[in-house]
Amino acid sequence: MFESKSGILLIGGLGFFLFAFLSNGLVPILLYRHLPEQTVAELAENQNLIYQFEDLSVRYPEQFEKYYGEPNQENLAVALELGREIYTAEGCWHCHSQFVRPVSNESVRWGKVASSDEYQNVLQRPVLWGTRRVGPDLSREGGRRGNDWQALHFFDPPLLSPSSPMPRYTWFFDENDPAKPNKRGLAIITYVQWLGSWLEQYPLYERFVPLKEQMQNPLE
Amino acid sequence: MTEMTTRTDESSADAIGPGLVEERLVLWYFLAALLYLFISLTGGLMMALQLVQWNPISGNEYFSPGRWRMVHTNAIAYGFIANCFLGALHWAIPRLTLKPVLSRPLSYFIFVAWQIVVLSTAIGIIMGQAQGVEWGETPVWIDPLALVGLALVAVNFMAPIVRTKGPLYVSLWYFMAAFVWTFLTYAMGNFMPQYFVPGTSAGAIAGLFIHDLVGLFVTPLAWGLMYYFVPILLKKPIWSHGLSLVGFWGLAFFYPLNGIHHFLYTPIPDFLEYGAIVSTIAVEFVVTTVIINFFGTIWGSGRAIITNLPIRWFYTGMVLYFVTCAQCAMQVTHTFQKLIHFSDWVVGHAHLVMFGVFSMWFFGMMTYLFPRLLKQSWYSRNLCEWHFWLSLGGIFVMFIDLTLAGVFQGFYWGSLQPWEASVEGSFPFWVVRLFAGLAIIAGQVVFVINLWQTWRLSRRPVESYSVAATA
Repeated sequence: MFESKSGILLIGGLGFFLFAFLSNGLVPILLYRHLPEQTVAELAENQNLIYQFEDLSVRYPEQFEKYYGEPNQENLAVALELGREIYTAEGCWHCHSQFVRPVSNESVRWGKVASSDEYQNVLQRPVLWGTRRVGPDLSREGGRRGNDWQALHFFDPPLLSPSSPMPRYTWFFDENDPAKPNKRGLAIITYVQWLGSWLEQYPLYERFVPLKEQMQNPLE
Repeated sequence: MTEMTTRTDESSADAIGPGLVEERLVLWYFLAALLYLFISLTGGLMMALQLVQWNPISGNEYFSPGRWRMVHTNAIAYGFIANCFLGALHWAIPRLTLKPVLSRPLSYFIFVAWQIVVLSTAIGIIMGQAQGVEWGETPVWIDPLALVGLALVAVNFMAPIVRTKGPLYVSLWYFMAAFVWTFLTYAMGNFMPQYFVPGTSAGAIAGLFIHDLVGLFVTPLAWGLMYYFVPILLKKPIWSHGLSLVGFWGLAFFYPLNGIHHFLYTPIPDFLEYGAIVSTIAVEFVVTTVIINFFGTIWGSGRAIITNLPIRWFYTGMVLYFVTCAQCAMQVTHTFQKLIHFSDWVVGHAHLVMFGVFSMWFFGMMTYLFPRLLKQSWYSRNLCEWHFWLSLGGIFVMFIDLTLAGVFQGFYWGSLQPWEASVEGSFPFWVVRLFAGLAIIAGQVVFVINLWQTWRLSRRPVESYSVAATA
């Protein structure tokens, strides 16, 4: 059995692989089978995120009009999905993680420790936890910084954070101008602002003021 | 150069008849492997330059270090390592079974198909189509093609193994199991998290995939080849057949259970994390038996490490393998993970195992096989030595440097200093790593120059070749 072809192929090759898959792969699948998986359209109903998307349309009206038209939920869903594609394609997830651990003071630095329900959505197919942090964790990044900061930071990170080894992403902008984020630029900013938008403390360090209130004349 | 490494007449090949091994294909696979090695080194260099803010081609989409970081790992896994394996297996399996592979045209078809798969992976990643699975960034449309390729490889090599009567040698156990595992692993990792499950479940699968790719594709094929090459070069049998059995079955049982250790402290339930931790520590005990077996084999022939270059590559790799695994048994615990996870410690570990172990073994195989494939002894033994010492020196410095960097980063983060402090504190380490990487690159350049000169010598008229061979 231990040196025969069938033993090696069936027990070692198939059997042990299957055993590992069932015990390590299938168990979490069964554990979380009742957690509903959110679609992008459902994610786009989030008020925090809608606020950020509207903010983008106010800050970059011409660019926004050109690439997304109206700041409505359908277009927000499109931007989110494209943003996730870019986050994967540019390898962002190789230098930024997307989960907060219960150790090493991480909940002090970033907020709530990660839990499974946060990842039960279409944008986490495949899940983007990451295994390396050159830059900080991003799962609570949304809302912490304004859209203009994000735009300028994508354009030239050392400009805002001199020691940053993050590459420049000038192809997120038209005419090499940080004031003109293109379709991809607006999408990746939307995606980053989405991260953590489902949490109550969004944004983490600032008081959340809906766009309507911000735009309101206080004298009225 | 010693007798073993310079002799170009292969007496065993005469005994088993010509045409058994498709030597040209072995040569092509090795050359393709070297091409991807240099593509990967370029990617690594770009990332190293970016980290110290010296990237000269910043702001170009197709030279983005983020994308080339993925080319770096994928070119190594599917370009360098896979091509080395296919070449070495084309050499070893027909010799072990005394039968040719299933079909010669199929072998050539697989060669071409695999190069197309790897090239399109690299181009796909550079064009921005990467898939979000670590070590599996292959764009989704290539995955089915790669899977068909892996199936063909298995069929082509299984044919002579299946037709062999009687007990099988250790190497063949590893090869057979690896053909099944590689196919299943690739299918699981590239399709399940993408199409079937999201979130935490996908994370568990991705962990299995990362680890199985190393543990069930690279490790068994590489050890199988060690069990083949080491006894041939030392001209004596493996020390203990019993330990070989322990090594194989221990790996087969425990290795697939390790995957989740890549995602400790994630939302994956603790009992699964502990299962992976215990299995990982069990693997290290199994590894120790294998290492004992190989050092038992060389016992009494220790001088071969000085005189015989391929043996030196192999045993250096084995020592580093033991270091990697000893390190693994510790860093897999929650205690270590608190500090070192996400840091350069892990990067150092990955480089030690991929370059310090497996690449070393491939260089050993190449040092042994190129003279036999070209029918020409190496142009320069000195350059072979430079290749070895630059590679070893480079990886040694890089490993120590990144491990230390990881400890520093872990403490910077845990002590809640501003994030920039951890980046600025890493700069000196990243500069050292850059130069360690340059040493490694220099070693490979020396190797290619040596190979080029050897090839030129092999193209000379036959008379001079025979003079060189007997010199």
